[in-house]
Order: sequence, then C-alpha cells, then structure tokens
Amino acid sequence: MKYVLLALLMATPALADEYRATGDLGLIVERATGSLVVVDQSDRAAIGRIEGLGDLSHASLVYSPDERYAYVFGRDGGLSKVDILSREIVARVLQAGNSIGGAISDDGTLVAVSNYEPGGVRVFDAKTLEMVADIPTASKTIGLVDAPGRRFVFTLWDKGETWIADMKGAEPAITKVTGMGTNPYDALLAGDGRTYITGLFGEDGLTALDLWDETPEPIRVLPGYGRGEEELPVYKMPHLEGWAEAAGEFVLPAVGHHEVLWIDASDFTETGRTQTHGQPVFAMARPDGRQVWVNFAHPLNDTVQVIDRMTHEVIHEMKPGPAVLHMEFTPRGHEVWISVRDENRVDIYDTETFEKLGEVAAESPSGIFFTARAHRTGL
Amino acid sequence: MRSLLALAILGLALPAAAMEATDAARLERLVAQDCGSCHGLTLKGGLGSPLTPEVLADAEPEGLASIILDGVPGTAMPPWRPLLTEEEALWIARYLKDPSQ
Repeated sequence: MKYVLLALLMATPALADEYRATGDLGLIVERATGSLVVVDQSDRAAIGRIEGLGDLSHASLVYSPDERYAYVFGRDGGLSKVDILSREIVARVLQAGNSIGGAISDDGTLVAVSNYEPGGVRVFDAKTLEMVADIPTASKTIGLVDAPGRRFVFTLWDKGETWIADMKGAEPAITKVTGMGTNPYDALLAGDGRTYITGLFGEDGLTALDLWDETPEPIRVLPGYGRGEEELPVYKMPHLEGWAEAAGEFVLPAVGHHEVLWIDASDFTETGRTQTHGQPVFAMARPDGRQVWVNFAHPLNDTVQVIDRMTHEVIHEMKPGPAVLHMEFTPRGHEVWISVRDENRVDIYDTETFEKLGEVAAESPSGIFFTARAHRTGL
Repeated sequence: MRSLLALAILGLALPAAAMEATDAARLERLVAQDCGSCHGLTLKGGLGSPLTPEVLADAEPEGLASIILDGVPGTAMPPWRPLLTEEEALWIARYLKDPSQ
C-alpha cells in the first residue's frame, strides 16, 4: 500500500499537466460507424474518438451541467453516457427499439428519451441510467425538450398532442394539450424556455404554446401559409431547434417550399419570407441573432446560405460539398462548424469573412455538439 | 438539373438486370442515406415504416416500385419520380426485398 501511495505522489506533477477543462470541447457524431470524434474548438482539431455506440444515424446528444459527460441518443434505442475526458462509455442501456432524440432536465439529474418504437418517453437517472419513469403515448413522439421547472415537453406525431411532463414529484404529472395540428414533425423551445413551437407536416402552418400559461392553449401560427401554392415533394423533414430565434424573430424552415419564414416572436405574425436555394433543413441563428445559416434537403444539400437578420436577404452562399448535414456555432458565434457527410470532413468557417479556417476529418459526420449547449435551455 | 436528366436518360437505356456496378453503388447509397432519413439508416423504421426484407416479404417489387415513384398521398412518403427512373425504382424495390442480390 505504501508503495502505491508513493507511486501516486510521484505521479502528481505529471497529473497537473493533464488537467483539462471541457468548455471548448465538443463531439461530432459519426453516423455510420457508431462513433464520436472528440474535438477542441479552440485548436480546430480532433483530439480523440469514442466508439461502440451502436446505430448513430440521426443521433443527437446533450451534456451534463459540468460539461464532462454527454448523453448520446442513438437511433437503435441506445442511450449511452460517455466521459469526454477519459473518452469512455461509462454507462449504456438499450432502452427502446427505435428512438429520436432526448433532453436533460434543467437540474441535470434526469435524462429523457423520445421513442418511435414503442412510442413514448422514458426518463432515466442521469448518474446511473436507471429508468425512473415510463410515459407511454401510443404514438411516435417528436420534439422532446427540457423546460424550466424540471419539466419535459414533447409532441405526438400520430395524435397531434403536446404533453408537458412535470418531474418535480415522485411520479410524472402530465398536462396534455390537444389540437396541436396534423402530424407535428418536430418542435423547438425558445431560449427563454417560454415558447414551444411545433412544425406541422399534415397541414399548413405551425402551432405555438406559451409554457408560462398555467393551461397552455394551441396558438395557430401562419394557418394559411402555403395555401394555393404547389407543394414540392419533401425528401427530408426539416429540423426545428432552439437556435431559431434571431433578435425578436423566429426563423423557420418552410415544409415543401424553397423558403424560410420569419415570425414576430411576441405575437406570432409573419414578418417576411426569404426565398432560398432549396427546401431548408436547418435554419439556425448565430448566437447573436444577426445571421441565419441554412442548409438544404436532398438533392440540393451541397449548399449553405447565410441570411441577414436585418434585411432578410441572402448575403452569402457557399458549397462546402455533398450532403451538408449540420452546423454548429462556437458559443459566441465567431466561427461555424459544418459537417459535410460525403466528403468525410467538418469544415470550419469564420462567420464574418466566410473564410474557411480549417477542417477536421470524420467518418460520415452528422451532428456537431459543443459543450456550451450544457447551459442552454431546450437544446 | 441537367445532370439529373442525363442520369435519367442513361437509366432508361439500361435494362434492369444490366445495372452498372457504379449505378448499383449509387442506389445503395441513396437507400441508406436518403430513404434512411425517414426509414432509418438500417431501414428498421423511423418516422417512416420499417423496410426490412422480413417486413416486405409478401410485397411485389412492382408495387413497391410504384410506391417509390408516386409516393403515398396523405402520408410523408414523397414521390421519387422526379429523381429516379422506373428501372431504378424497380432495382431499389428488389434490393429492399433481397439486399444480397
């Protein structure tokens, strides 16, 4: 024992060099190989890889409040907790047959997963990944987000309902909001945790909820949107994310049209439309809200356009390469990382000059997630 | 668009059985990546229904090809006719039923 202690003491100076903060780290999903690349945002470099995470197509992840652990939601129902410092999987459960995203509670103690098969949401202890609640819905669930007050909010694709699960007590207390519309395909929560918006596939427009209301009622947004105009076939469902708010306006991808929609965040009236290169998949506001970056559905997915918040006009267009799947801003927005799936790399651009600053190799990269997400509601 | 048209013409000129290896690779990729965005990369389902050989065991390739080309109205399944030829759709239908072929 004494020798072990001595060895430990001798090792201490070396350990000092190994202290590593995680504030500028991130993870890139390698969708086909079931792995994650650990990246250093300041160095614009990959620093490691975590493997063995199952089917990561359409995978997403959230971070623990200390930014050391990530909870990875795989398509195959796998929920994995990874340590980004030791680059190990520290816990993993196969919690369902087919999943689509998840969320972590505001206090960091609960992780919820949205499931297609069986439909519903399951909630796990963030430390152990032991299941603490099962919320069956008899429907595919989408648009799962964390809301303030230890709550999760999610929406039922087949039933057009949004459920608010309050997790403060021993059992989840569920508030069901009906009449959200036909086939809601995704949802977002604004950064203040107040406004939840679902996009509708089965009808025109969107539906908003005011979560500050004791009994939230569906608020129809742009109900006549797109009517009378011919819809294009939709080869890829758009995504809605909490990055969609740009200085008092929401900017949202239109379904089946080559445009993004601008909506006044205070009264949900339309403030404009911007014609785009193709059908938008992500329309993401730079953290300061000044710019919105848009990528597109197959077969126009080699292009990214940048829209100015002030004029609603496209101010820049670039073609990073085939299959641009995701974009992630550095926390203050000076750079953006863009995954180019079919080129097996992630490109890094300056958001002011649009100059390419670097690239990181990754196998079929999709989602990019920086640890600063740990401190944002609804991501 | 012009290149798509060229591909379409090229596709029409080829009998299904003689699909070039490069075309087969391209279509396999399209199935995994683009069909996969709704049906799952492994085709076990997602927002769209599962498309595994077991699920499709009783389906006729011609029927599947027509769903691929014309979509399913009232659902999220879009028509792929603007992007695929009839031969390519039939190739995909057969490939879904038997990926080893």
